[in-house]
Amino acid sequence: MVSFKSILTGAVLALGLSTAAFAEEKLKVGFIYVGPTGDFGWTYQHDQGRQAIEKELGDAVETSFVESVPEGADAERVLTQMALSGTKLIYATSFGYMDAVQNVAAKFPDVRFEHATGYKQADNVATYSARFYQGRAVIGTIAGRMTKTNKIGYIASFPIPEVIRGINSAYIHAKKVNPDVEFKVVWVYTWFDPAKEADAATAMIEQGVDVIMQHTDSPAAMTIAEEKGIYAFGQASDMSKFGPHAQLTAIIDNWGPYYIERTKAVMDGTWASGNTWDGMKEGMVVLAPFSDALPDDVKAEAQALADSMAAGTYHPFTGPLNKQDGSAWLADGEVADDGTLAGMDFYVEGIEGDIPK
Amino acid sequence: MLRLEKRPTPSKAWTIATPVLAVIATMVAGGILFAILGKDPVEAIKIIFWDPLFSEQFASYSRPQLLVKAGPLILIAIGLSFGFRAGIWNIGAEGQYIIGAITGAAVGLAFYPAGGWYIFPLMVVAGAFGGWLWAMIPAILRTRFNTNEILVSLLLVYVAEHIMSAMSFGLLRNPEGHGFPGSRNFRDYDVAANPELITGTGMHWGVVAAFIAVIFAYVVMTRHIMGYQIILAGQSPRAARFGGVNPNRLVVLCFAISGVLSGLAGLFEVTGPAGQITTDFNQGYGFTAIIVAFLGRLHPVGILLAGLLMALTYIGGDLAQLMLSLPKPAIQAFQGMLLFFLLAFDMLVNFRIRLAKSEAA
Repeated sequence: MVSFKSILTGAVLALGLSTAAFAEEKLKVGFIYVGPTGDFGWTYQHDQGRQAIEKELGDAVETSFVESVPEGADAERVLTQMALSGTKLIYATSFGYMDAVQNVAAKFPDVRFEHATGYKQADNVATYSARFYQGRAVIGTIAGRMTKTNKIGYIASFPIPEVIRGINSAYIHAKKVNPDVEFKVVWVYTWFDPAKEADAATAMIEQGVDVIMQHTDSPAAMTIAEEKGIYAFGQASDMSKFGPHAQLTAIIDNWGPYYIERTKAVMDGTWASGNTWDGMKEGMVVLAPFSDALPDDVKAEAQALADSMAAGTYHPFTGPLNKQDGSAWLADGEVADDGTLAGMDFYVEGIEGDIPK
Repeated sequence: MLRLEKRPTPSKAWTIATPVLAVIATMVAGGILFAILGKDPVEAIKIIFWDPLFSEQFASYSRPQLLVKAGPLILIAIGLSFGFRAGIWNIGAEGQYIIGAITGAAVGLAFYPAGGWYIFPLMVVAGAFGGWLWAMIPAILRTRFNTNEILVSLLLVYVAEHIMSAMSFGLLRNPEGHGFPGSRNFRDYDVAANPELITGTGMHWGVVAAFIAVIFAYVVMTRHIMGYQIILAGQSPRAARFGGVNPNRLVVLCFAISGVLSGLAGLFEVTGPAGQITTDFNQGYGFTAIIVAFLGRLHPVGILLAGLLMALTYIGGDLAQLMLSLPKPAIQAFQGMLLFFLLAFDMLVNFRIRLAKSEAA
């Protein structure tokens, strides 16, 4: 017991000394996550970004995170505590933290905030998101080629522009290569609920779906797809270990480069507020290696599409495109502007069903 | 060998000592857990229990936050304690909390953007009414059809969650919200908001209501015939019936009290700290309050302290995650230990431990 105590005392001293010695010079960077870091999807990828900062900037930074923070009053408290603890740069990685970030940022003008997927900025609040719809275009193409039943399932979270944009992009490109394709969209009203996601996947498969896409954070649907021997796409992260045969590819959110750049900007004093919406070109949206289940011509086609978006020569929302009700949206060759995309609240022509109101 | 022997009457001394003992045991067991995770246990315990209250850096912010977090827990737990004492189990406070928030918020939003001093009081009444209404469903089903109130009240939570989601997307959705789900934020609508009453204290109307509820419950339980009937019904339903207590009336009454208080908690939360109705603005206060009620031994003052303690572990837990990179599950395990030790040491109130003498001697 004595030895145990002395070890503890030693540890206390060591910890106290080390933090005291370095506390002054290090930039403290904080992350607040909506899910657990072990969700193997959205939050997992943000945490990979955090680790990338540590790897790149080493001793110059000190990162911390708080996980599974509900959106609302709790988020505001956690953000405030972070700011009070001397954190000078805070990444808030869920849409629902928007108002909390605004409130706390107003109280701490010398703390910089980066809010993912939001649309409210301030002098010390920047927003950032990725053009995931570019990845959706690729998986739409692959799904259109690979489905035998011509039924593609889509596990959707909330009917917000971000999600609707993804459904439209995937549908447009699936339809382009396979005119008979049909989308079954199921709304689960959650970002992370493995049980609900798995139920949705099972229900779709019973309706004849043989390729599943998702806009939720857990690998639950991937696991079901593997069990039932059908195909699926990883979301946010490479989920191939949950579906070694099922995963055709995955849309990977690669936050690391952006996080490193912005953290360096704070250290240099060049950080400025703004809105970043990066895609394949900048490497924020990346595809996981294509599965061997894909025939070579499909691989080549998907790769060519990805390359054209990375090169900036192709935009997934290029006319002619009509809205679901048949009214004209984009004329031949016309490209959707970011404003319309950011507020997208309609399906494109051909998708069945209504967006929940 | 150690042997348990039932005490003729519960020990007064142990009633007070066990919570303290439980907190100490939690600190020791939690410290071991944190040490296994490679964190400094002394530092971790200090961050959870001491820093939110006394550290220079955090206390000025987290002390008021303690009230914000504890307010709804205490308010709901006080309501539940009436029924729990009488053996009437309302497990669905979370649902009553949600519906109270919705009805109250709906009344406020109906007036938007009009001004008027009467709007907030009307919302309070509507919130209480909503909670009451939702609580009456399991109560009436129980008294009329003898259904199980535990199941019905619990399942109605899920119904309430769906209504909340439907409201966020439909009727109460902010028309200027860029298509995102959720109502208008009450912080931007002064006459319907529930702001901090005195800056820097965390005091809002919900906390005030919680304190009033504690006093009200204390008076009813110790001085009023109703408190006597509730306690009697809990201890001996038969005796209570002979004593003229109408069991059905008691069910309706207990559900009404907890429904009204839960609804009020929801209304104060949605107009204050939460700010708006969203698809998941509820934080599980209704369920946590059940734990708080039992931690406080169903006694008003106990509930007050238990609510504050629970709030402390939440706020200190966040801080420990932030400062020491402790994973959230470790914090939750720590909170679980606290509950476990409190209930385990409870045994000492009713039993004493004796060294058993050998039979021959």
